[in-house]
Amino acid sequence: MTALLEVQNLSVAYGAIEAVRDVSFAVGEGQIVSLIGSNGAGKTTTLRTISGLLRPKSGTILLEGKPIADLAAHTILERGVAHCPEGRRLFGRMTVEENLQLGAYVRKDSGVAADMQRVYDLFPVLGQRRTLKAGLFSGGEQQMLAIGRAMMSRPRLLMLDEPSMGLSPIMTQRIFDTIKELQAAGTTILLVEQNALAALALSDRGYVVDLGRTTLEGPGHELLADERVRAAYLGED
Amino acid sequence: MATLLQQLINGLVLGGLIALIALGYTMVYGIIQLINFAHGEVFMVGGFASLATYRYFLPPSWRSDWWLALPLMAIGGAVVAVVLAVVMERFAYRPLRNAPRLAPLITALGVSVILKEVVRLGYPGATAPVPFPRAFVDHQFRFEFFDGTVNIGSTAILMIVVSIVGAIILQTYITRSRMGRAMRATAQDPDTARLMGVNPNRTIVLTFTIGGALAGIAGVLYGIHITNVDTEVGFLYGIFAFTAAVLGGVGSIKGAVIGGFAIGLIKTLSGQYFPGGTQYDLVWIFVLLIVVLVFRPQGLFGEPERVRA
Ligand SMILES: Nc1ncnc2c1ncn2[C@@H]1O[C@H](COP(=O)(O)OP(=O)(O)O)[C@@H](O)[C@H]1O
Ligand SMILES: [Mg+2]
Repeated sequence: MTALLEVQNLSVAYGAIEAVRDVSFAVGEGQIVSLIGSNGAGKTTTLRTISGLLRPKSGTILLEGKPIADLAAHTILERGVAHCPEGRRLFGRMTVEENLQLGAYVRKDSGVAADMQRVYDLFPVLGQRRTLKAGLFSGGEQQMLAIGRAMMSRPRLLMLDEPSMGLSPIMTQRIFDTIKELQAAGTTILLVEQNALAALALSDRGYVVDLGRTTLEGPGHELLADERVRAAYLGED
Repeated sequence: MATLLQQLINGLVLGGLIALIALGYTMVYGIIQLINFAHGEVFMVGGFASLATYRYFLPPSWRSDWWLALPLMAIGGAVVAVVLAVVMERFAYRPLRNAPRLAPLITALGVSVILKEVVRLGYPGATAPVPFPRAFVDHQFRFEFFDGTVNIGSTAILMIVVSIVGAIILQTYITRSRMGRAMRATAQDPDTARLMGVNPNRTIVLTFTIGGALAGIAGVLYGIHITNVDTEVGFLYGIFAFTAAVLGGVGSIKGAVIGGFAIGLIKTLSGQYFPGGTQYDLVWIFVLLIVVLVFRPQGLFGEPERVRA
């Protein structure tokens, strides 16, 4: 079985600074896979490279076995990869509805309205405020909108970069529940988190990224039990 | 009173012209943060192209029918202006998209000089102002107003109407259409717009296309209103339009239109009523600009400079 996404020996540099060196991992169809690692490890850079905003220095990115590293970002989205970026990056001067419409920008089918309703059903607070500007919302509400927006393209692979950042524990739980629901509905998820405990508990597979390298990997529950992971990322010693 | 009304009308005509050009400045700035100094020349070329359409492409029997000749001239001017704007983007600015901001700015100045000289030396007779056909300015409406007569020509009405209608259509397109949303998204956050599947090049080309079309139409309207066109006008009105865009807030459609009308009105009213008359009208425009920028650096309707990660 070939994985939906396969990243092999990926290196990415900002000028002379090599932010990602030799990262490899695979995401199987229908799985939740998480990349965990401390701040500055290269997780965001990895996701931005997969979605075509950055170009790798070396290495391969395969989507269903086909290389995508040379494609434009908009083409990669059309191939079914959506990216919910770190810090949410909503269009703050646009309304909730416009943000969702932009999420569905490349779609020409007639299901957009139904999918928008699905987002509103999932996050009723967005439905009540669909004509308000996204910039006015709280962090948790913005994160819901960012996830909703990424869902609007009906991705096969949804990449989420630190969706729990800055959220209350209750809100974080909401978001993680939603991720689980999305998986149940058939979406494959690549999750980047500093909240390693919550992410690994949810994941079929986890990878630890450290200083630009994937250093450990395994099923989520095994990594959770790994002493090195517990020491480094779960605040235990 | 009649003089005041007359000057108000003149100010609106000038303002409408400036607004049409300023829209191109502001849209291009909004999307790629480039002050396209060559945009004034696009307007000038539009004027010459519409004149060329009349002289060299219209069958003589059509020339006296303004309702036939004028739309064709407008199309000729706008098409050439659009092609010019798009070619400029593709070959002068796109290669510099990731260069330091000074590089495209200097390039724009260079493009501006080149365009002006090419037209001056290439268009027959363009070393001096080239007369426009007078056929369109015939109709003058005169009416009594308190103490005197006010005069408004059909080309003046056309200028005011076209600029306002054009701005409304543009604003509607930007706020309501799918491509308009993509343009706003690219202006706010280009990388995230790409993550939505927006092709940035397509959006940028569309922006130059719209700006070029409006400048081209402004060129025709200028020609039939002033009854000549001159290679110098690109620079002069380019400066006015640029000032209007800054005054209104670069990136803002509403700002460009209000800024354009504000400058048109200040120029005509200060020329009439302020000490020094028309010799100092430009001074007052820049006094206004400075005052606005001191209190609102982002311009009347601009968004405060965004800080991007
Ligand atoms: N735009 C950039 N320019 C230069 N260096 C960057 C840039 N973005 C990130 N980096 C550097 O790359 C490394 C990895 O960053 P990042 O991918 O954001 O890590 P993470 O998401 O794991 O916290 C860090 O050392 C960071 O300082
Ligand atoms: Mg990060």
